[in-house]
Amino acid sequence: MHELSIAISMIDQITEESDRRGGLQVEAVHLKLGVFSGVDKDALSFAYHLACEGTPLQGSRLVIETIPLVIYCPSCKVERTPDSIYQLCCPQCQTPSQDIIRGREIEVAAFEVAA
Amino acid sequence: MSANPRMVEVRAKVLKQNDFLAHSLRDQFRANGVYVISLVSSPGSGKTAFLEKLLSRIGADHRVAALVGDLATENDAARLQRAASQVKQITTGTICHLDAQMVQKALESWRLDELDFLFIENVGNLVCPSSYDLGEDLRLVLLSATEGEDKPLKYPTIFNSSDAAVITKMDMAHAAEFDLATARRNIEGVRPGMKIFEVSSKIGTGMDDVVAYLLAQREASRTSALQQVAVQE
Repeated sequence: MHELSIAISMIDQITEESDRRGGLQVEAVHLKLGVFSGVDKDALSFAYHLACEGTPLQGSRLVIETIPLVIYCPSCKVERTPDSIYQLCCPQCQTPSQDIIRGREIEVAAFEVAA
Repeated sequence: MSANPRMVEVRAKVLKQNDFLAHSLRDQFRANGVYVISLVSSPGSGKTAFLEKLLSRIGADHRVAALVGDLATENDAARLQRAASQVKQITTGTICHLDAQMVQKALESWRLDELDFLFIENVGNLVCPSSYDLGEDLRLVLLSATEGEDKPLKYPTIFNSSDAAVITKMDMAHAAEFDLATARRNIEGVRPGMKIFEVSSKIGTGMDDVVAYLLAQREASRTSALQQVAVQE
């Protein structure tokens, strides 16, 4: 369970960003989470709310956008989403590909502050 | 909550601090000519036995060292000390993975220029280590024949983030009714094109191939580093 470490890194990062902008009151955090990031969405939500306690982010919402796996198919020469994350191959022509375009993200996209 | 919240765009990787440190470690390793290999696997898959063999084989004509991560105890370091002169245990306490900062701290007093190979044995865990770059040149994932052939499907991200796979305890494959073809197919599924080795650390089978591969990888990395220097000059 490294979701707690990830949550703490997130909180540190957002606190730093909001402080840099003059100490904003953060109401929600928008996170992009790839299905191939190795981070579990539910465990991260749980850890986030625990880790926020006693920080300026206490009470904030965590909005997670799941990013699907996208690989580049060298045969079709286009980006495609495999049918399964257990078979990294083109769903059209079945060519295997390790060229991962998206799906590994653990990225804070934005946060919402009181207007 | 306010009626009209304002969005502040950030677009920042959550692990950028770790990635930044890992990059600086990698630069440091390159500058000192040390090739760094990390090992990941579930607990009990034979990482330490495998590493013990690797250290004594590669250590016969190269300068080798090891960092070993564990939640508790220094048993692994004590075992490996027989095979390499420099071994350090990183006890992580409750943390289930190594990160770049732990590696950096552990190496503080080491002379990297006196090493050819550094092995980093991660905490036995197939989930968490996948997200953390340690600055290594090569990541080996281990899967033991006694664990069953479906581990790659249960933990696709760690297999995908690794550069080569080693199937250990092959001497027990028959007794465990291990289906090698399925295991190889599963690894290939989650990590197309991955190099796969089959070894028995106990008997020694397959170790020659792994050693030859690691020596060749180090050579290739040195050649490309030298070429880069030549281009810059």
